[in-house]
Amino acid sequence: MRELSANAITETVARLCITANTLLPQDVKDAITAARRSEPWPVAQEVLDRIIENDSIGGDIPICQDTGMACVFLEVGQEIHIIGDLSQAVDEGVRRGYTEGYLRKSVVADPLDRVNTGDNTPAMLYTRLVPGNQVKITVAPKGFGSENMSRIAMLKPSDGLAGVKAFVLDTVEQAGPNPCPPIVVGVGIGGTFDKCALLAKQALLREIGSHHPKAFYAALEEELLEKINDTGIGPQGFGGKTTALAVHIETLPTHIAGLPCAVNINCHVARHVSEVL
Amino acid sequence: MAKYITAPLTLEVSRTLRAGESVYLTGTIYTARDAAHKRLCDLAAKGEPLPFPIEGSVIYYVGPTPARPGRPIGAAGPTTSYRMDAYAPTLLRLGELGMIGKGKRSQEVVDVMKATGAVYFGAIGGAGALLAQCVKSARLVCYEDLGAEAIRELKVENMPLTVVIDSLGNNLYETGRADYLRQYVHKNPMDAQAGPQL
Repeated sequence: MRELSANAITETVARLCITANTLLPQDVKDAITAARRSEPWPVAQEVLDRIIENDSIGGDIPICQDTGMACVFLEVGQEIHIIGDLSQAVDEGVRRGYTEGYLRKSVVADPLDRVNTGDNTPAMLYTRLVPGNQVKITVAPKGFGSENMSRIAMLKPSDGLAGVKAFVLDTVEQAGPNPCPPIVVGVGIGGTFDKCALLAKQALLREIGSHHPKAFYAALEEELLEKINDTGIGPQGFGGKTTALAVHIETLPTHIAGLPCAVNINCHVARHVSEVL
Repeated sequence: MAKYITAPLTLEVSRTLRAGESVYLTGTIYTARDAAHKRLCDLAAKGEPLPFPIEGSVIYYVGPTPARPGRPIGAAGPTTSYRMDAYAPTLLRLGELGMIGKGKRSQEVVDVMKATGAVYFGAIGGAGALLAQCVKSARLVCYEDLGAEAIRELKVENMPLTVVIDSLGNNLYETGRADYLRQYVHKNPMDAQAGPQL
């Protein structure tokens, strides 16, 4: 059985925290550039130009000051033995990355007491066992301007497709300028209450503009994107065509009595970076 | 054409700014988020002096990333403003004339702005690296225990902002969207206000 030291995971998480916060993924940059080309509204053009300028500054300054909660997704091969405490290793990686990278520490230890932990730990850690002998690490820092505009609904089966569409569009409408549009919209449909929310978050990790494997949901992604961009909210909410860069839908089987639907909104600083060990 | 304005603001200037205008702001501004606003309002409630001159002041809703050695500040884009809505009226009545943030404001805040002549500016959310370049120096004023949320005095140069809500209550979040829809989507803006049609 292959062995991997927890230290290697710590070092990788630390590095990915810094990379994710300072380098925007190319697919997100391409999507913003494409949106700028097709944006007719002058105010919106100016906003998109400034966003493009911001994203090209690079170097060691974070793209956005909200360097987020560190959402860490681990796909752990069943045929690998990790030596050391895995979740401690991830937290140590976040601690090092956020300290050495001069990233903002935005985590409070207790949701009501609200004393800052000082090192951005703990990570929001998701582990999944997969076949193989490798570990895939994805770090996706999540800012709360957009997280706060996210919602979940336990719809009725009779609400159906129309109910799902209405809930997604209403969530975007209510968010308006708050989540820093242009946004990326992650939608989870099905599963249980908790799995549905996770689906919506995982949808944000997909390459911008990639589609659900089923043609039905791929078409729904396109339709919702078009409707969202017809709202006129526009970049920063100043009006315009570019309200969203993409809608990504993820689905799971669900119970005969339910139709959970979750919408996780990301801002245009849609950060995520992966590495395989 | 963009306007060039200076901070602290005067009523003569704040009252002439109109929603939708682009401005470049130069001068002295103060940072404060939720926790600092709460402390400022607690001081005001006790009738104690505030830790910086509030008359004409511009407050930037920002919690920057830590400054690297030799630099005044880290990434410094705006945070969402509605979390300050509970506190802003108190500071506006004490003479604050400008707020910099992003996102919607409450009707109460807009009503007080109309009464006092204040302006709400939008900075581009998510453009923290770009906005940091406008900050020439930063000095801790108070509440160091709040970390990124401490109050800092910033000297800024040509900070690019958009007037979102002016002292007459005009709101770019409403007018900009309606104007765009009228010209490019040919929809009744009232439909958009009521929510998307299915």
